[in-house]
Amino acid sequence: MTQVTEVVKVGIADLNIAKHPQTIMTAGLGSCIGLILYDETSKIAGLVHVMLPDSSMARNKSFKEAKFADTGIEALLSLLEKEGVRKSRLKAKMAGGAQMFNTANSSEMMRIGYRNAEAVRAILKEHKIPLIAEDCGGNKGRTVEFLLDQSLLKIRTIQEGVTYI
Amino acid sequence: MNDYFNFEQLHLDILKEIGNIGAGNAATSLSQLINRSVSMTVPIVNIVSFDEMMEEIGGKDEVQAAVFVQATGDITGNMFFMIPPEEADIFSQLMVGDETQKVSNGDEIATSAFLELGNILTGSYLRAFSDFTKLDINQSVPNVAIDMVGAMLTQGLLEISTMSDQAIMIETILHDIEGFDQDIKGHFFLLPNPDAYETIFNALGVSMS
Repeated sequence: MTQVTEVVKVGIADLNIAKHPQTIMTAGLGSCIGLILYDETSKIAGLVHVMLPDSSMARNKSFKEAKFADTGIEALLSLLEKEGVRKSRLKAKMAGGAQMFNTANSSEMMRIGYRNAEAVRAILKEHKIPLIAEDCGGNKGRTVEFLLDQSLLKIRTIQEGVTYI
Repeated sequence: MNDYFNFEQLHLDILKEIGNIGAGNAATSLSQLINRSVSMTVPIVNIVSFDEMMEEIGGKDEVQAAVFVQATGDITGNMFFMIPPEEADIFSQLMVGDETQKVSNGDEIATSAFLELGNILTGSYLRAFSDFTKLDINQSVPNVAIDMVGAMLTQGLLEISTMSDQAIMIETILHDIEGFDQDIKGHFFLLPNPDAYETIFNALGVSMS
């Protein structure tokens, strides 16, 4: 019997959850962060594709919650909770937060990758969710897929190929 | 139509004209640089989600060579010239005259030639934009990368994303370059920041509402 593994794809500023034997992925992370929150026991994982560090940056009233680290992580936590996952069971892995272009312009928007990673780390700490592994920074794009059975984050880059954390 | 782009057809037509004039001027520059004729497509102006925009150029993890510049002055915004790495090789070889040099391998001379090419093309584009609107538009130091489309384009969407979940994409494609069998596709993406639109339309005597 062949089992077709279904891949749940998450877009920019979006989030979703997957259950084993599904996997969950997001493509082309630059300064954005792909954060995985997972429960090893129940083999459920959520992924949020964060674009900006804080919802205070929003200049419009309605926005996709997943766009910002603070609202995105909140939204993912409540989605996981609805699935019966206890927060105390959750662990985290993340990748992204790169700076794709170096510019002389030192505007805050140019350091957004670094700020995104910092924001996510701080929020995880607040929620006491252990960050098991991360691959952040540099100037490379990353496509990530979380393999629920092994709790491994598969990271693909143009230069380095595939690595696992 | 959208949370803040309260545009009518007239506004979209103006943006299309900017894409037309800008890329037309860039095509002329390219033609002079490589001494061959260059054609371009009719510009596309679309209001799209960020994901849809990436799909336009083959998906978020499609690899492209890109030159990125920022526009400052009377308006702010971001601009990309994107081309498949193997096509970037053809241009840099024409400029450098050395077939062993490849942008796709990250060779330094080829990459800096491609950076210069992108600088000239985006510069021509923005100069035409500036002449048309009489707005003062300056171009930042250019940057080059060869990487995933999603990773690179997001850099140009950050400011927009604080206002909206969609972007106005002004896209023009250079293609059909004389003497090449291969179909060449160089994409220009102009992404003005949200506050720029009122200034652009005012400069052309058109009100926003």
